[in-house]
Amino acid sequence: MIDQFFIQTKQWLLSWLSGAPDWVIQIASALINIFALLGVFLTLFALISVLERKILGRMQNRYGPNRVGPFGLFQPVADGIKMLIKEDIVPVRADKIVHFLAPILIAATAILALGVIPYGRNMTPFAIDGGILFFFAVGSTTELAVFMAGWGSNNKFSMLGAMRAIAQMVSYELPLIITTLPVVMVVGSLSPDAIVAAQGGYFFGVIPHWFVTTPWGATAFILFFVSGLVESNRTPFDVPEGESEIVAGHMTEYSGFKYATFFMAEYFGMFAISGLAVTLFLGGWQAPFAWLQFVPSYVWFFVKLSILLFVYIWIRGTLPRTRVDQVMNFAWKFMLPMAFTCVIAAAVWHYGGRGMAGWFWSLAVIAVVYIALSILLDTRKKFAPRTYRFAE
Amino acid sequence: MNTVAFAAIAILTLAGALAAATLPKLIHATLCLVVAFLGVAGFFFLLGAEFVGLVQVFVYIGAVAVLIVFTILLTRRDLEKDHGFNWGGAVLAIAVFSGLMAAILKTPILFTSASQVPALTVKRIGEVLMTDFVWPLQCVGLLLTAALIGALVLVMEEKR
Repeated sequence: MIDQFFIQTKQWLLSWLSGAPDWVIQIASALINIFALLGVFLTLFALISVLERKILGRMQNRYGPNRVGPFGLFQPVADGIKMLIKEDIVPVRADKIVHFLAPILIAATAILALGVIPYGRNMTPFAIDGGILFFFAVGSTTELAVFMAGWGSNNKFSMLGAMRAIAQMVSYELPLIITTLPVVMVVGSLSPDAIVAAQGGYFFGVIPHWFVTTPWGATAFILFFVSGLVESNRTPFDVPEGESEIVAGHMTEYSGFKYATFFMAEYFGMFAISGLAVTLFLGGWQAPFAWLQFVPSYVWFFVKLSILLFVYIWIRGTLPRTRVDQVMNFAWKFMLPMAFTCVIAAAVWHYGGRGMAGWFWSLAVIAVVYIALSILLDTRKKFAPRTYRFAE
Repeated sequence: MNTVAFAAIAILTLAGALAAATLPKLIHATLCLVVAFLGVAGFFFLLGAEFVGLVQVFVYIGAVAVLIVFTILLTRRDLEKDHGFNWGGAVLAIAVFSGLMAAILKTPILFTSASQVPALTVKRIGEVLMTDFVWPLQCVGLLLTAALIGALVLVMEEKR
């Protein structure tokens, strides 16, 4: 069957080793998973780096890369060759070891986080029980890598960029984790496979059981997505690498392939966080309609992932960069209370019988808190004409 | 297999801890401490306590190490001065070590293999936290809230 094609291929590859000791087969199985993961996501990285520039070009009414290969599709190859043959410059006063280890650590954590996401039926590279916890545990190590890059470069711009990055990543980790909490609560498991399995089935045979179809799920999904934007340092939250202020933040002193590694890690982080959003709220590899279930599960996963990635690019082409204080205020005054509301709304939904009544009650909870917050924070004032203190 | 893993993790943890205690630069010491934390998490994984191991990585590397790093960066530094041997620290370390050793030696050794213990699920942990250990949990919550408010009071801008 086409749905289990990759699983069967792996079984067939492993059948060559039949008779070998158990640990050899285990290691071979893990290696196959790792190679598949790296192959798929490095290809996706190459594709998305050129597609992003094409789409941004389209949005900004210009061409984008169109010289190398048909439609500029071989641009990543050219970029890769350029990055590889560039001189690798390490500042004299830099802390050599920390400066060298930072890109390695950041890429390793980004790739590890990709490992626990179910890409299709029976297609989780490392199926561990605490998968969600593993994802966040690995993700929180990224902060340390960013700090190592900033501090190891021995440059004021790098340090400032790293401080900004850590500050906003720590702040947005809270809403990110708290918005996954309702899903974990409702499913009763930290395993991504169980979460995807819980989202199977359809209401009236049409509306899928994805958590995004419930009020708390939809709210949590939006909050999660915004936190994901911050965690992957994407526009409008790319203050850590604001090139008009601090050159390139913690990546200022990196050149050649080390810079490319940072770039790759950023994209891998984006894939991981979007993949988790798909797993948690958009039903993972489940088909949107019952009659579309004949399409292989991994196709659905990657379709959903591509849609989210497109939204990332779309936002980048649309919104200007926020200020540091705006990012922080938004996190602590709006995102965090709303994230806690999602937890309460999910509990209301659960005790309301997970049906229509619960649906409306949880919507009511979210609406009340949202309106109360917008009155409390006086959002209307923020849309008034801007007054300048100094530059009149 | 397990013995080899134990030895490897033990060497890694001890080397990290030793480097953290002896390296002259504070940031280097912190990064080595992270290695030691990772080793402790590795022990938890080796013992089959997946949840505790992940929480160890999450809390100690994601939060405590970042906190230490921030503290070092945001406070005044007088690193270059040699403070001499820290006798107070040595006494404290020996006290903690002997206390822990006494507790470990007092504990009877369990000869249960991992397969006999039922797998610890998140659901079970949640139930226990909300029933048997609800008061300790609430006390920790209160303490953390107090610390958060205290930090806010410290950094709040003084209104004229």
